[in-house]
Amino acid sequence: MPTMLEVSGLGHTYKTKDGVHNAIGDVSFTVNAGELVCVVGPSGCGKSTLLRTISGLITPTVGEVLLHGDPVRGVPADLAVVFQDYSRSLFPWLSVQRNVEFPLRTRVSARAERRERAREALEWVGLSAAGGKYPWQLSGGMQQRVAIARALASRPSLLLMDEPFASVDAQTRFELEDLLLRVRAEHDSTVLLVTHDIDESVYLGDRVLVLSKSPGSITTDLDVNLPDERDQITTRASSEFVELRSEVARLLHGGEPATRPSPSVPDTAANDRFLAAERAETHSTSDT
Amino acid sequence: MRGITGFVQRWALFVLIVLIWEVVTRLSASPFFPPPSQIGPRMVDLWLSGPASRLFLTDTVYDHLLPSVGRTLLGWAIAAVIGIGLGLLLGRSTVAMRYLRVLLDFGRAIPPPLMVPFFLVTLGLGAPMQLGAIVFGAVWPVLLNSIDGARSVDATKVDTARAFRLSGPQWMGGVVLPAALPKIFAGLRLSISIALILMVVSELVASTHGLGNQLVAAGRDYDMAGMWAYIVLLGILGYAFNIALLAVEHRVLRWQPGRAHAAASR
Ligand SMILES: Nc1ncnc2c1ncn2[C@@H]1O[C@H](COP(=O)(O)OP(=O)(O)O)[C@@H](O)[C@H]1O
Ligand SMILES: [Mg+2]
Repeated sequence: MPTMLEVSGLGHTYKTKDGVHNAIGDVSFTVNAGELVCVVGPSGCGKSTLLRTISGLITPTVGEVLLHGDPVRGVPADLAVVFQDYSRSLFPWLSVQRNVEFPLRTRVSARAERRERAREALEWVGLSAAGGKYPWQLSGGMQQRVAIARALASRPSLLLMDEPFASVDAQTRFELEDLLLRVRAEHDSTVLLVTHDIDESVYLGDRVLVLSKSPGSITTDLDVNLPDERDQITTRASSEFVELRSEVARLLHGGEPATRPSPSVPDTAANDRFLAAERAETHSTSDT
Repeated sequence: MRGITGFVQRWALFVLIVLIWEVVTRLSASPFFPPPSQIGPRMVDLWLSGPASRLFLTDTVYDHLLPSVGRTLLGWAIAAVIGIGLGLLLGRSTVAMRYLRVLLDFGRAIPPPLMVPFFLVTLGLGAPMQLGAIVFGAVWPVLLNSIDGARSVDATKVDTARAFRLSGPQWMGGVVLPAALPKIFAGLRLSISIALILMVVSELVASTHGLGNQLVAAGRDYDMAGMWAYIVLLGILGYAFNIALLAVEHRVLRWQPGRAHAAASR
């Protein structure tokens, strides 16, 4: 498989009023065309910073990002980003259809084609009937689907997603995860998704990159050997899934990468501690 | 039904107060406070007693009222264009705002009527001076509200716009302007009433014609009913401008949550 994204020696330091803050340390990895790679790490470890440097929204202090071999300077034309905060990311003054259409102006000059593409993208995410509504008339999950449609409408070769499902309820999150898996399978998309949710990273990813605490750097690159066809109930109940998530949880807590991909005795105590901390975290940020 | 009830509710107190005013002014018989029943006919006499060929409007309307209203609207429109254009640009520039904040606060603090003598000296007697005064007074609410509105665009929208590589005009016209529109409309409504005030003030001070000039002339002739007629007219104009702008605002901002409901229950 050809390499889509190549990140090497990436680091970023913010200059703030009270000095400098090293948000990400030394990050290197590659994403191949057609892969869905998840980056998982605790809140504040620099996940958003990592995505922002990769997307060209900010220039990294050190290191390099190559998108199909070309160095990223400024946002590349064939890249799209989905943000966590869908309600702020969508334009409230435009209808759903227009929200998807509007950014296409930069690449499609014919109005009719923009309209057609937007309709098509809304169909992919199952929102054909909602085109005339305003974003606030939709539920949170549907709004994020609009944002996904908007990103897909430009047919990006790389889709970046920053905790896209962190602000919706659990049931909706499952639906959106399955929607993402379906859409990327249908369109053979290349996706890089960051999340703080261990289960989500394992459920969605072909690979999981584990990011250490701030300043973030990648400690492990884990292959997810689950079947391509995934199911919220059976996949999550499978022993492979359970072992993988325990391994990720252990790694997030500073555990050494296992020499064998899955440890025979999962460290469930560490896993539970992490999940409890994560739940507290989600609660404290859920109303933002 | 609901519309009729609302209408009655809104106007009942108004009518009642006019009636009380009528009674009180009749009882007091003060020459300075003619009763509404005299002001009304005087208004008809002043403005609506023209020939049919001129839509029943008098020469006063064509020579004095319409030019005044035209100047008010023109001055306000110029102020709106300057205020919105400059405001959106300044609002998105942290550096510009750092330098200009003090200047803007200072300019806004000057009572606009004080600038009338200045414009009189620099632009002479006539429409340009009046327009200058109206624009100077009306520009501040639009400018400051546009700046506020442009600054209120959140960081996620900035990122989204950059991620989609929107051009400068697409960003300004497609994101910053619509995001700022609710604030801009508040500024526009404030500034039209200021424009009206400055129209009158500039005509009171120095003018040979216009609404303000006619108001002064009526006072000079001890035509109290005529004077009150102009005062009432100013109230009607201010009210009409506000209603018209609100209607435009409701149309333009109908995307706002709650607007559709508010409009339906009016
Ligand atoms: N613009 C900024 N200026 C200064 N510090 C920042 C900025 N953005 C993020 N940070 C800091 O960098 C660290 C990583 O932030 P972020 O990338 O948002 O983490 P995550 O997305 O994993 O929660 C945090 O400690 C945060 O406070
Ligand atoms: Mg983040």
